[in-house]
Amino acid sequence: MARTDIDIDASSRQLEEQYGGSAERTKPASVLLSELVSHLRDNRTQLREEWARRITEARLLTAMTKEEIFAEATSVYDNYVEALETGTFEALQAYARNLSERIIPRGVETHEVVGIVLLLRDVLARSLFAKYHADFTKLNRILDAYEPAANRIANTVAVGFVQERERIIREQQEAIRELSTPVLQVRERLLILPIIGVIDPQRARQLTEQLLRGIRMNRAKVVVIDITGVAAMDATVANHLVQTVEASRLLGATVIVTGLSPEIAQTIVNIGVDLGKMNTVGDLQGGIEQAERLLGYKVLPIADAS
Amino acid sequence: MEVPILKQGDFLIATIQAALADADLLHLRSALLQQVVRCRSRGVIVDVTSLDVMDSFASRTLREIAQMIRLRGAETVIVGIQPEVAFAMVQLGLKLEQVATALDLEEGLAHLKRKSESPA
Repeated sequence: MARTDIDIDASSRQLEEQYGGSAERTKPASVLLSELVSHLRDNRTQLREEWARRITEARLLTAMTKEEIFAEATSVYDNYVEALETGTFEALQAYARNLSERIIPRGVETHEVVGIVLLLRDVLARSLFAKYHADFTKLNRILDAYEPAANRIANTVAVGFVQERERIIREQQEAIRELSTPVLQVRERLLILPIIGVIDPQRARQLTEQLLRGIRMNRAKVVVIDITGVAAMDATVANHLVQTVEASRLLGATVIVTGLSPEIAQTIVNIGVDLGKMNTVGDLQGGIEQAERLLGYKVLPIADAS
Repeated sequence: MEVPILKQGDFLIATIQAALADADLLHLRSALLQQVVRCRSRGVIVDVTSLDVMDSFASRTLREIAQMIRLRGAETVIVGIQPEVAFAMVQLGLKLEQVATALDLEEGLAHLKRKSESPA
């Protein structure tokens, strides 16, 4: 069939002829994808620049300089195209995690990362519209191939970023926990565990593990657990405290608990703890003095010269 | 498995090197008692440093060992309970009540010496 007009219908007919009619509809997506990938590679420069421009226009990645944005945009673009081409996402996932590790400390937020990936998707889609606008059927085919892949890529990058953030938050929480329950050696064989703030069952458990390790490492015979800084404690946590005392005994250490607030004293009595097992003293000073006695120390003032 | 029992002066030291089956624990109980009688020991140390777990049978048997040996006028100290084991034990309510415990062999011997010097 000769082509007389340059119009959409004729182009479609020609394509149908070329690819065997309805075979066009089942043309493997891979063929279309490689056409797409070539287009993206050929127009790499202007598409990247367009994207970087849009990022700045949308006031995203304000924590980074223009040069940094362009450099990252290049990496993201190339990874994006490669993921489209190969259909595998491991490299992209690895890149997303690596990128997140670098930009999160710079204060880049989730909405910015999601935003820039969506902008790239838009920029690439627009370029496809521009290229195939004369052939609506083909445009649709190309989009059929492009959209699922592009969406999956956007998803991979965004999820990678969020997972990295969550990992960092968990690490920070762990660090805060470690900081807030130090086990301190103040004399040979004497440890102090000053607890401040809220104790939940998880923190209580972590406290116990730290203390038992500390007893073993420092060969402590007496431990003073000071809870002056703890306002309240529920029955579960009070039980954890009792268990900590018992477990410490199994390691040959005596525990003295100091600084119980009136509320906590009430909780402990209410849950029916055998107080014979709990060695308690009013305040930290008293606790240390008793510990020293147990260890056989006596603290004397240095005699005045006069 | 036979638990080696060593004599150190007035004291006996039994070192448990791996998880013991119930029958082995009972064998240890009678072996220790016989040795205490034969050597006229004043104290016994049971070293459980190598144990990763302590179940209720082991815990009860250790208590029984301490009680029986006390009837012979001698003191028992369990040493070397690992932090993780201690934690698990208290959670399960295995308390080893009225049984002396110490961090390690050195502390256990020091405890026994103190006790035998001041019998009260």
